[in-house]
Amino acid sequence: MNANKPRKTYSTGAFFFVAPAVVVLLAVGIFPLLFAVGVSFHQFLLPKVHWSGNFLGVWPIYDAPISWFDNYIAIFQDDSFRDALTRTFLFLVINLPLELVLGLGIALLLHQQGNEFLRKFCRVALVVPMATTFAVVGLTGRLLFDGNYGVLNYILSLVFHSRPDWLADPNLAFFAISVMEVWQWTPFCALVLFSSLTMVPPEIEEAAKLETAQWWQVLWRVQLPFMLPGITAILILRTADILKLFDVVYIMTKGGPGSATELISLFVQRIGFRAFDQGVACAQAIVLLIIAIVLSRIYIRLVYKEV
Amino acid sequence: MAKSHFKAGSALQRSHWGHFILLLFVIVVCVFPFYWMVTTSFKEQAAILSSTPQFIFRPTLDNYITADQKFNIGACLLNSLIVALSTTALSLILGTPAAYAIARFEFKAKKDLWFWFISNRMISPIVVALPFFLLARQFKLLDTQLVLILIYLTFNVPIVVWICTDQFRNIPKELDEAATLEGYNSFGIFWRIALPLAVPGIAVSAIFSFIFSWNELLYALVLTRTNAKTAPVVATSFLSGYETPWGQIMATGTLVALPVIIFSIIVSRQLVRGLTMGAVK
Repeated sequence: MNANKPRKTYSTGAFFFVAPAVVVLLAVGIFPLLFAVGVSFHQFLLPKVHWSGNFLGVWPIYDAPISWFDNYIAIFQDDSFRDALTRTFLFLVINLPLELVLGLGIALLLHQQGNEFLRKFCRVALVVPMATTFAVVGLTGRLLFDGNYGVLNYILSLVFHSRPDWLADPNLAFFAISVMEVWQWTPFCALVLFSSLTMVPPEIEEAAKLETAQWWQVLWRVQLPFMLPGITAILILRTADILKLFDVVYIMTKGGPGSATELISLFVQRIGFRAFDQGVACAQAIVLLIIAIVLSRIYIRLVYKEV
Repeated sequence: MAKSHFKAGSALQRSHWGHFILLLFVIVVCVFPFYWMVTTSFKEQAAILSSTPQFIFRPTLDNYITADQKFNIGACLLNSLIVALSTTALSLILGTPAAYAIARFEFKAKKDLWFWFISNRMISPIVVALPFFLLARQFKLLDTQLVLILIYLTFNVPIVVWICTDQFRNIPKELDEAATLEGYNSFGIFWRIALPLAVPGIAVSAIFSFIFSWNELLYALVLTRTNAKTAPVVATSFLSGYETPWGQIMATGTLVALPVIIFSIIVSRQLVRGLTMGAVK
C-alpha cells in the first residue's frame, strides 16, 4: 500500500477526475433519497397533497401533515410487508442454488473437449436469455405457461392428461416465475463458472485426471478452488438483482393471484403507485434500502476475506 | 490427452454423443422461448389458439401492422434508442475519468468512494423511483426523455466505473511515467494515453450500459406516460383487458427484444468478457 507516501501531484489531480461523477450521482441518487426520507415522515397520500413552490429553487415544499414515525410503525404492524420480504427471500433461496448447480453443469459441458462447433454455438446461445428484455421475458412466460394454449400444457397433456392453469394458482404461479428466473440467469452462472474453469492451469488438471478416475474428485479438489471468486460474485450480484426483481414478475403475474408472487419491489410499487400512499411506500423503500446495505456489507466483507 | 486416444473405443464414443446431446439440449432450452415468440408473432390467431402447437403455418404480418397502429411502437423504439444512447454517452463521460482516478491515484477515502459506486448496484430501483417521481413531477420533467437519461445514470455510471477501473489498472504504469517526462499533465496522460489503451474495456461497459438502459422497465413505467414512453413499457399495455391478442403481444415483444438480442449476439464475445471480468479474478 502506498497510502503512507502519497504523490502530491497525483492526489490533487484526482479530485477533478472524480468530481463530475460524484456530483452527478449525488444529484440523481442521494438527493432523491434524502427527499424520500423526508416524505417517509409525512402522511403523504398522493391525491391529497398540494405543492407550494420550492425552497431555494431545489427542495419542493408540500403541505402533507407530518406524522413522524407512524409510517414506519405501520410497516412493522402490517404483516403484508413482512410477507413480501419472506416471499422474496424464499424466491432467492430456491432459485439461486438451482441456478448455481445447473450453471456448473453447463460450465462443465462447455469445458469438456470435443464437439468444438456446438460448444461455440452454445456459448452464443447462452447470451440470448440474458439479453432478452425482462418485460418481454415476462410476456413470453405468459405465453408458454398459458393454461389453454401454452406449449408447456400441451406437453403435460400428452403425458399426464392434465392442463393446470399455471398463472391462476398461487403455488404454480410462484413456480412459473421461478422457472423464468432460472431460465434467464442460469446462463450467467454458466458463463462465469466456465471462465473460472479456464483459469485452472491445464497441466494441473491433467495431472489430477491421471491421478484419479472420478470426475467429481477433480471438480472438488482442483477446479472448485478456482471457482470460489466466481461463485462469490454470482451470490452477490444475484442476491442484489433478486431483491430488485420487478419487470418479469410484474408482466407475468402483476404479483397475483392474490399476492402469491408479489415480491418486495412489486409490493412497494403497488403501495406507492396503485394505492398512492407515498409516505408508507417511501418508508418501506428506506427499510428495503437498509436491508440491501446491510446485506451488501456482509457480502463485501466475505469477499474481502476470501481475496 | 494421449492416453485417452489409446483408450478410445465405445466408451469415448458414447460420452461424445452424451456430450453432444446435452449441449444441444442446453441450446434448445436457451433459444426456444425466443424462437416461439418470433414464430407466434407471424401466426394468425387461429393458429395460435389451436390446441396442438403449430410448428408449420402460413406467416402473416397482420400482427405487426395492428400492434404498430395500436401502440405506436416505432416512436417508443425511437425513444428507447435516444435514451439508451444519450445515457451511455453521459455515463462514459462521467465514469471513465472517475475510474481512471481510482485505478491510478492515491487519495483519501478512495476505498469508501469505490464502495459507494459499487453499492449503487445493490440499491433497489423502487427506492429511487418513488422520490424521483415526486421530484420530476414538481419540476415538470415527467414524461420527458431527459428524466430517464438522468435516472439511468444511477446504474450506468457504476457499471462504467466498475469495468473501466479494472481496464485502467492493466495499463502499465511505466507509460504514465514516460509521458510525465515528455511533459504531459495528468489530464493529458488520461486523454492521450490511458483512454485509447482502455478502449476494449470502455466498449464493454458501453455495451452493458446500452443494454441495461434499453431493457429497463420500472423507472420508465413510473416516469413516462405517452411522449417519452420507451419500448419495454409498451409490453405492459397488454396487462389489462380480458382478451389476449397473443399475435400482437408477441409482435410487440419481438420488436422490443430483437434489436438488442441481435446486438448482443454480435458483441457476445465482449459481453461474456464483461460479465466475467469482475467475477473471475
